[in-house]
Amino acid sequence: MTASETFAQYDADMQAVIAEVTAIAPPPVTAMGRRSFLKLAGLAGGGLVLAFHLETRAAHAEVSGGSDTAVLNAFVRVAPDNTVTIFSTGPEIGQGIKTAFGLIVAEELDADWKTVRVDQAPIDPRVYGSQGAGGSTSIPRGWDPLRQAGATARAMLIAAAASQWNVPAGECTAAASFVCHKSSDRKLSYGSLAKAASTQPVPELTSIALKKRSEYKLLGRRYTGVDNRKVVTGQPLFGIDVQLPGMLYASYTMCPAVGGKVKSANLDEIKKMPGVVDAFMLEGTGKPSEVMPGVAIIAKSTWQAFKAKAALKVDWDESDASKDSLTQAAAKAKEISAKLPAPEHNVGDVDAAFASAAKAPEASYDYAMVSHQQLEPQNSTGWFHDGAMELWTPSQQADRGQAMVMRMLNLPYEKVIVHQTRAGGGFGRRLANDYLCEAAAIAMKVNAPVKLQWKREDDFAHDFYRVGGYHFLKGAIDKSGKLSAFQNHLVTFSADGTRPVSGGALSRNSFPTDMAPNVRYAVSAMPLQIPCGAMRGPTDNVQMFVAGSFLHELSVAAGRDHVEFLLEWFSRPLTPPEKPAHLSWATDPSRIFNPKRAAGVLKLAAEKSGWGKKLPRGRGLGIAFAFSYGGHVAEAVELSVDTNKHITVHKITVVCDIGPIVNMSSAENQAQGGAIDGLSTAMGLEISAEQGRIKQVNFGDYPILRMRSAPPVEVHFIQSDFRPSGLGEPCVPPLAAALGNALYASTGERVRTMPFKRAGYTI
Amino acid sequence: MPFQLNINRKSRTVDVEGDTPLLWVLRDALDMKGTKYGCGVGQCGACTVLLNGHAIRSCLTPVSGVNGNITTIEGLAENGELHPLQQAWVDLDVPQCGYCQGGQILTAAALLAEHPKPTDQQIAATMNGNLCRCGTYNRIKAAIHQAAGFQSPVKGDTHDGI
Ligand code: FES
Ligand code: FES
Repeated sequence: MTASETFAQYDADMQAVIAEVTAIAPPPVTAMGRRSFLKLAGLAGGGLVLAFHLETRAAHAEVSGGSDTAVLNAFVRVAPDNTVTIFSTGPEIGQGIKTAFGLIVAEELDADWKTVRVDQAPIDPRVYGSQGAGGSTSIPRGWDPLRQAGATARAMLIAAAASQWNVPAGECTAAASFVCHKSSDRKLSYGSLAKAASTQPVPELTSIALKKRSEYKLLGRRYTGVDNRKVVTGQPLFGIDVQLPGMLYASYTMCPAVGGKVKSANLDEIKKMPGVVDAFMLEGTGKPSEVMPGVAIIAKSTWQAFKAKAALKVDWDESDASKDSLTQAAAKAKEISAKLPAPEHNVGDVDAAFASAAKAPEASYDYAMVSHQQLEPQNSTGWFHDGAMELWTPSQQADRGQAMVMRMLNLPYEKVIVHQTRAGGGFGRRLANDYLCEAAAIAMKVNAPVKLQWKREDDFAHDFYRVGGYHFLKGAIDKSGKLSAFQNHLVTFSADGTRPVSGGALSRNSFPTDMAPNVRYAVSAMPLQIPCGAMRGPTDNVQMFVAGSFLHELSVAAGRDHVEFLLEWFSRPLTPPEKPAHLSWATDPSRIFNPKRAAGVLKLAAEKSGWGKKLPRGRGLGIAFAFSYGGHVAEAVELSVDTNKHITVHKITVVCDIGPIVNMSSAENQAQGGAIDGLSTAMGLEISAEQGRIKQVNFGDYPILRMRSAPPVEVHFIQSDFRPSGLGEPCVPPLAAALGNALYASTGERVRTMPFKRAGYTI
Repeated sequence: MPFQLNINRKSRTVDVEGDTPLLWVLRDALDMKGTKYGCGVGQCGACTVLLNGHAIRSCLTPVSGVNGNITTIEGLAENGELHPLQQAWVDLDVPQCGYCQGGQILTAAALLAEHPKPTDQQIAATMNGNLCRCGTYNRIKAAIHQAAGFQSPVKGDTHDGI
């Protein structure tokens, strides 16, 4: 394979990961109504252990041996001392999943939350199935199986009590980890029943009734995170905190232009530096998602490894390296925009609608490339011992990482052992396992446990960036002031010359085909070798800015109230969703755009933000809506601007409908964080590249929003009986458009570029 | 070469090069992992520790220049009792990923030592150097106010991670 083919292949792999991560398995009740659903095992000490399926995933066929290795997902364990242990199978990356998974099981189990313990499950996809996080899918994927696990365990505990008391099970109730028989005033703890419960027949799933929302005792209230106390006392929870006896420390240096190879390096000098144990080149696999060529330095401390890295001189062969420069991209995109390619979507008669339009505004929008910059720099620890590679990692996809390391090192499943740590942020960066693969490749050559530690500068230079893009838009307002046509030409980037890079495709959420009666959407692409990937709310996080801002331009042109204008869209009959063959969830009513839910959040956001009320002079209020990753979200931004174009955001209002809320505290935290992230990125973040080199090196060049600029974020949830969707992504996308619309309301200036600092604004 | 340090009310001796930042002395030599590496150049605050009660960046502080009492996040709680800030952080469920929070709490501790009842402006000005990539600023502010006794304590259904 040539270098460019390898890169195209990398990008194809990343797209496959994103597609799979964001897809939701079909509702498991129908998919898994099998008798083999449950498996019980005795526990030393007489507890009840309950293992259950979550899903079977084709992707794991390669690691899931024969038919007797059932793909199981999680465990509930009831110990004799009445503590209930729930294993959380997914990574905690700040989204609160460990607490949420515990709560969902505990609700149906009627466990006493105060004595529930939530533990991190080992990475073992043969047992647990998918163990990654991404695409806001952890809760929607886990919702049914986790509740069923809790309810099944409760039924068996009740059955055990009923048989001990010799009363019908129907007369027994459960609450707070006890089974009660009211009429005889008897009760037994789950712990005392656990052993007997484990010998009860496993009830059919169809006989298990799950609670209605009105019956919830735990879900929907506020809970503090199960690991909060450990976090605030500085306990070692993260990947970077791993410490093993005799452990060494590694740095890794790759070519600043991706694709460069090591010609030579001053290894002899480096090896003489204090604390340096070894220094060697790695050829790598050539894929940025695995191991790129570079130099590893092994030292007795992180600092010594860093100091030696600073003294490292490498002569790079850059013949196959990226020469990408983004400085000319805007001009090139404009050139390309002159010719509209064959549209991806063409509904109705766009040309006729434009010909008869009363007004037809045109605009071009763009947004910069940005980087994830989760606060914990990349790291992983590897230890090759007893013929096995043992790894510790803060990955978002450690199960995939295991499979990658197996392939890379040609080791069988049993010989690659991966431990999931807490992760200091993910945001989609840790969908890739490059740092894990590097740690494994390095550890193969070191006769001790070794922790690979990236510098922050490495995180800037070697990300899977959120790609930039250019949109050329046209809208038609008919004589009655209604939106009659919408045209969007996206000029993005491509690794293989045609297909948009990961995260660069046309967002179907931002530009649904029913946005107007006549729509035309087309995509062109410019070549790019710099690797791109998924960042929190991929595609929507930028394209909602474009759609949400331009819709406001259109409502202004039509002389209409923006909320009313959007509600008109939501009152149009919906196009039935297309059903791509590989997306079985595409028709799940909980996962698709629902105009009633959209109208609900928009109306409440208008009410809570004071839409339509007279504002103090100089203040502007903007509003935008997004349907993203299953969530319906409306956001309003109220701000004022001084004569130096300095923005003060007074308040952000977020209204979400993501179905029922599991943990109100964590949900509110996610929504606030999503809005702040949206504001931070929209205002000031930009990655620039020249000759394949990323120019930003540390936080000083990359002004992530700080406390002084952070506005109060007021969050409201509309809880519904739809199946829940996740909350990692959906609160990011609407923010930028709401911000731009507010700015327009305040100043009359329309910002059509992100970050807004390009237009001279600061915050 | 050996250095004598006073960390969390205990005397510790480490044998490292003099230019080693306190951050890496704590993390690697002393296996105290609460102090975090975020940027290494004084721009994120993840590595904040207290030196004689003042918040400093341990990533920029060579061990040879340390003279005084160091408090890290592991040493803020005394006799098993959480500092009011730590308690407020737990009760208001401030952390998302949690990576920045040790540094946030220590910066807030130095603030409260100087201004026991800080205003919003004082909080924003002091906390501005501590980045939270997850965007927990609203709750950080609320938790500082709560620890300062400004607000009646709010409690979630606390889970101590048994
Ligand atoms: S690590 Fe010290 S300020 Fe960032
Ligand atoms: S909680 Fe993640 S960086 Fe602050």
